[in-house]
Amino acid sequence: MIRLGDIAHGRSGDKGNHANIGLIAFTAAGRDFLEREVTAERVKTYFRDLGPDRVERFALPRLYAFNFMLWNALGGGASDSLRTDTQGKALATALLEMELPEPENLAAMLPAGAGR
Amino acid sequence: MSGTPDGIRIGNGAGFWGDNLDAPIRLAEKGGLDFLTLEYLAELTLSILAHQRRLDPEAGYVGDFPATVARLIPILKTQPKLRIVTNAGGLNPAGCARETARLLAAAGMGDEKVAWVGGDDLMPRLADLRAAGERFRHFDTGADLPDFGSAGGLVSANAYLGAAPICEALDRGARIVITGRVADASLTVGPAMHAFKWGWDDWDKLAAASVAGHLIECGAQVTGGLLSRWQTVPDYAHIGYPIAILSPRGDCHITKPEGTGGVVNRETVTEQLLYEIGDPARYHTPDVTLDFTGTDVEEAGPDLVRVSGAKGVRPPATLKVSCAYANGFSAKGDLVVSGRDAARKARAAGEMILDRVRQAGAPLSRKYLEVLGAGATLPGVETGQGDLKEVVLRISVWDKDKKAVERFCREIAPVITSGPPGISGYAGSRPKPRPVLSYWPSLVDRDHVRPIVYVRGAGELAA
Repeated sequence: MIRLGDIAHGRSGDKGNHANIGLIAFTAAGRDFLEREVTAERVKTYFRDLGPDRVERFALPRLYAFNFMLWNALGGGASDSLRTDTQGKALATALLEMELPEPENLAAMLPAGAGR
Repeated sequence: MSGTPDGIRIGNGAGFWGDNLDAPIRLAEKGGLDFLTLEYLAELTLSILAHQRRLDPEAGYVGDFPATVARLIPILKTQPKLRIVTNAGGLNPAGCARETARLLAAAGMGDEKVAWVGGDDLMPRLADLRAAGERFRHFDTGADLPDFGSAGGLVSANAYLGAAPICEALDRGARIVITGRVADASLTVGPAMHAFKWGWDDWDKLAAASVAGHLIECGAQVTGGLLSRWQTVPDYAHIGYPIAILSPRGDCHITKPEGTGGVVNRETVTEQLLYEIGDPARYHTPDVTLDFTGTDVEEAGPDLVRVSGAKGVRPPATLKVSCAYANGFSAKGDLVVSGRDAARKARAAGEMILDRVRQAGAPLSRKYLEVLGAGATLPGVETGQGDLKEVVLRISVWDKDKKAVERFCREIAPVITSGPPGISGYAGSRPKPRPVLSYWPSLVDRDHVRPIVYVRGAGELAA
């Protein structure tokens, strides 16, 4: 198994009661792998504790990136939420912990100069 | 500097109210800037300013800004081209401009022009706008904005203005432009439109400037802040704040002052490009609707990244409106729980506190129990909490009734002597109920919002 964070980086934040996570593969090979493995459905299941209504995935292929929208995932949003992470700032770091099957061409997905 | 792209240089020295106070000074000193922008207003900042204005009619703007101007005056004198654009005006841009003008006048800069931009504050016009058919339907629920009556439930209602009034203020010679609520990216688009006189329907140029604004609006978030591979970021303590370089052709580069910490590379820029966006093919601003899907991000040199390929189309006929309304009370209490079974003890202590509040006849409408250290902020992540020997219990509650929340606040301390062992970290100060201001995002017809641009010499404005 690999960690999603081995082959991608990301950032998350809020819009009202919704969260978004930008997920970016380090390489084109990584993008193709994410496209197959990190589906909207998979991300929705991963974040079931947040109870999003739905998760949408948008592609930005030239950037090797996907944007995930987690609708109604923040327990009310910035002022209403009782959670510590009211604004979903930690969600990208949580997503990067996702475990994935190790791809055969893993070396082609790692950032330049990075070991594991 | 050889290798530096041509164009105007717009630096952003504040990404929110509370950002580093020295950043604008360092950026202005070293950035070789044409424009310094300072962005202070998050979604709910205006409601905080509304509260301050209730206590003092002269307040209602970001006081950090005049304090920053006082420090920037020597730089404004040695860099006569440098101009400042900020949304520090909050709910009282005229008051902020007056205070700023006083500082300039006192420093012998009374001839410099100061502008304020208003018209975003819809509170005084709410009845008229409703009569004209505006319902302020909630973005998500579709519900009409309730009539809060005279009880003062509605605290603030502000439309997001675009770049046009900022551009007008600069065209009329303002050295410092102070707005209320404008779209964050418009703080950058305004100077670009002033400098290049692009058409207001030149959508791809507006898109390029808006992308630049979006990238720098959160300050150091594009120069290494928040980067996933944070270990690759040099010298966080001296992190440089960002500069967008825009050319008349609409080329955009992101950089930072030489000799500062942090980094600008493909990773920092791409992460920030995706920050707080929704559908990347339809990112709305008051100036243009952006399509990021064809965007390219390329490293053009050390700490220099070229961003290209954003497309724009005409924005909707509506503007976003942020409202805030008073909505009950919340409180939160923390306790440190140590020793064997720490996470389980924390949960037991939390349940006990909530049970006792219930027994006291103060049912709380909402409550939330977190065990920090056991993955409370990491949904989906298996953190092996069975082995933890030290955690923080955090209990947060909300209710319409302040008394119920007060009762909760009193029930935290007793658990130290009547609950599981190993509980500490209660410093003796009881948490207090905090009034909650809830957020109500909606839309208003663009034609119903009339921006105001007021430009005067600092000496005259200060008088």
